[in-house]
Amino acid sequence: MSNLEQFRVSARTWLEENCPPSMRTPMITDEIVWGGRNASFSNPDSRLWLERMGRKGWTCPTWPKEYGGGGLSLQESAVLAEELRRINARPALSSFGISMLGPVLLEYGTHEQKLEHIPSIVRGEIRWCQGYSEPGAGSDLASLQTRAILDGDDYVINGSKVWTSYANVSDWIFCLVRTDSEVPKHAGISFILFDMQSSGVSTRPIQLISGASPFCETFFDNVRVPAGNLVGRLNDGWTIAKRLLQHERTMISSFGLAGGNIDRGANNMTLVQAARHYRGDGSRISDPVLRDQIAQFTLDAEAFELTSKRSLAESKQSEGPNATSSMLKYYGCELNKRRYELMLSAMGNRALGWEGDSFDPGELAITREWLRSKANSIEGGTAEVQLNVIAKRVLGLPDLLTLVRN
Amino acid sequence: MAALVLDDDQRLLKEAALSFCRENAPLSVLRRLRDTRDPLGYDPDLWRQMVELGWTGMTVPEAYGGFDFGYRGLGIVLEASGRSLLNSPLISTVLLSATALDFGGSEAQKQEFLPAIVNGEMIMALAVDEAPHHAPANVKLTAEPGNDGFVLNGSKVMVLDGQIADKLIVSARTSGSGSEQSGISLFLVNAGSVGVSVRQTGMVDSRNAATITLNNVKVSGDDLLGPCDQGLPLLERILDTGCIGLAAEMLGSMQEVFERILDYLRQREQFGVPIGAFQALQHRAAAMYCDIELCKSVVLAALDALDNDSEQVPRLASLAKAKCSEVFFTVSNEGIQMHGGIGMTDEFDIGFFLKRARVVQTLFGDQIFHRDRYARLQGF
Ligand SMILES: Cc1cc2nc3c(=O)[nH]c(=O)nc-3n(C[C@H](O)[C@H](O)[C@H](O)COP(=O)(O)OP(=O)(O)OC[C@H]3O[C@@H](n4cnc5c(N)ncnc54)[C@H](O)[C@@H]3O)c2cc1C
Repeated sequence: MSNLEQFRVSARTWLEENCPPSMRTPMITDEIVWGGRNASFSNPDSRLWLERMGRKGWTCPTWPKEYGGGGLSLQESAVLAEELRRINARPALSSFGISMLGPVLLEYGTHEQKLEHIPSIVRGEIRWCQGYSEPGAGSDLASLQTRAILDGDDYVINGSKVWTSYANVSDWIFCLVRTDSEVPKHAGISFILFDMQSSGVSTRPIQLISGASPFCETFFDNVRVPAGNLVGRLNDGWTIAKRLLQHERTMISSFGLAGGNIDRGANNMTLVQAARHYRGDGSRISDPVLRDQIAQFTLDAEAFELTSKRSLAESKQSEGPNATSSMLKYYGCELNKRRYELMLSAMGNRALGWEGDSFDPGELAITREWLRSKANSIEGGTAEVQLNVIAKRVLGLPDLLTLVRN
Repeated sequence: MAALVLDDDQRLLKEAALSFCRENAPLSVLRRLRDTRDPLGYDPDLWRQMVELGWTGMTVPEAYGGFDFGYRGLGIVLEASGRSLLNSPLISTVLLSATALDFGGSEAQKQEFLPAIVNGEMIMALAVDEAPHHAPANVKLTAEPGNDGFVLNGSKVMVLDGQIADKLIVSARTSGSGSEQSGISLFLVNAGSVGVSVRQTGMVDSRNAATITLNNVKVSGDDLLGPCDQGLPLLERILDTGCIGLAAEMLGSMQEVFERILDYLRQREQFGVPIGAFQALQHRAAAMYCDIELCKSVVLAALDALDNDSEQVPRLASLAKAKCSEVFFTVSNEGIQMHGGIGMTDEFDIGFFLKRARVVQTLFGDQIFHRDRYARLQGF
């Protein structure tokens, strides 16, 4: 038996013994585990599952053992993912620490920074938020104004961020700050980490069109942060910021993937099942136009899934995600929005409820998810920004603003 | 999981195929064949060179003189030839007919015809459709039992390379009627047999096609390819392979158009800047890039499925044909639009791609056909 097959057998056995039965059912939004100091577990099995996976480092299977990761090779990690899928295991932990900060900290952080932060990300002990966007700096992120000024051994931070997802429930923030305002905008930015409990940090939640309130305005009023919390070189934060965005975009693009639980709509129905149920006789979709649109969608979703896999295979040959992350982000997000529009077309007025008992909870959830999906082509860089990145970075087309300015 | 990246041998083949098509078989070959109304419609000299490169034996087992390099290999070659819209018997003879023989042929048929295909002595064509739209089960051409054989009557349209083929593979109705699934059989028919008439059809894309009429054509029982009456599954397998090969060819064509578009966007200036600096064009180019990336993935996955003889072949064939047809259609239209006036001229090459896109999309089922089939195969 090859080493890989041996690994598969041992992983399978371990999962058999350690994955609680209720963690092998489709994820319920309420039970997604984000971790953190104040983590709440509406299902006690979620806590158990997180502790076991965290201890093994399998929440971050390929990260080095030295920092608490699983230390697996890419092939082993692919096998683990297959085994997790095989038993329909839920993700033990969802976090910005895993999908965004961890990878860049491993790439740019010092040994001490990694020792301090990576193990707690792996075990879900610290929840991170992302302090990028500001009121005046959205797509033009590099024009950000939040300032950090060195004062003794600390940076003193002043300014404000906006759309900071989960800032009010996060423990730490990775934050872009201006450390030099005399130079061109990209050259004076630094990447810094700090505790959200530091004095001078405050947050104000903002409500989304879906009614949920997952993001905030975040204010910094003379927040003192030890200078050692700066990641990478001073004023070189833009490099790290862009790298992190590639990881973020790859993560967001996975919303477009058909597999797993995300494909599930009202009461766990797939798009096809919903169309059969609400716009058919239970076994057939009666409307040929809707059927054709769903066929086109399904076909595009399969093509996209193959492309995500191919991109992963290719990025293994080079290193990490690259400009194709913009392609995946753009396409995956458009796909996810289409999925919900089709879901609404399938469900008719059953998907148009807001609250109360005239609708069942699964139907009400779809209405909210549909609204939430509209953010996919805004968060992590808008669709237009992704197309700009592809045009310039991948296709090498000239930048009009630069041409006009010169 | 299937490998979605090329291995070293495949990369070498790709380079060789691209350089052959660029240097020996550029798009000007098609233009010349068209302008001279060449009665063969392909260049036998180039075909000979392709035979020498081993392309005719790409998917043929070694036992019959082939190289067993697989459909991945043939796909790479088709992709390269799609870049210059090369007219050659590669699709009719290798992609369709060699596959038909390999899957459905008797030992004797394989021994007789496969080596002849590999060494370039035989050109074969597949005759399936009879109506304006692809419908493989809709067979009116009849094969009635005669003295120790069959007598064939009926006609076929859009037969690729029909006018140069030595032999035809013809779908015929041996029983049943209309578009009944059962009752369809495949026959090997000599193009020179009494009662076979072949008329070249002048196609908008200048690719070889013919209308073939069979009038009391006699064939023997040995000319039956595959099972009698139950030939449809074999035919579908051949057509799936055809769709995947055509998708690979389209992938080459669309990349060629896209690169020509990008060159023009960088080079053509208006308002004092390259037109590629205009965001309206940039975003459309970027969206095309995404679509082409999707096409690369589906073509690779479909070719792999063929090589692994996977049960996913039918679904992936429809996926690849539908997606590549759609994207080639978009890209070839943008090819005209983004070149402005010059894109509309015959002297400029881009129009050839638009013409090919429509024809290849229609061949063996357009997007509408394949979306419907894909949905059925997905169970809805
Ligand atoms: C649900 C959600 C969660 C978020 N979470 C976070 C978070 O955790 N942390 C964080 O830092 N940020 C977060 N964001 C913010 C997000 O990154 C920004 O909203 C996004 O980058 C766009 O910036 P903006 O809102 O200022 O829009 P703007 O930049 O003002 O864009 C407005 C419109 O103009 C278009 N546009 C702008 N520039 C160009 C251009 N050059 N070419 C063409 N079109 C252009 C945009 O595409 C858009 O359509 C989140 C956003 C959402 C919706």
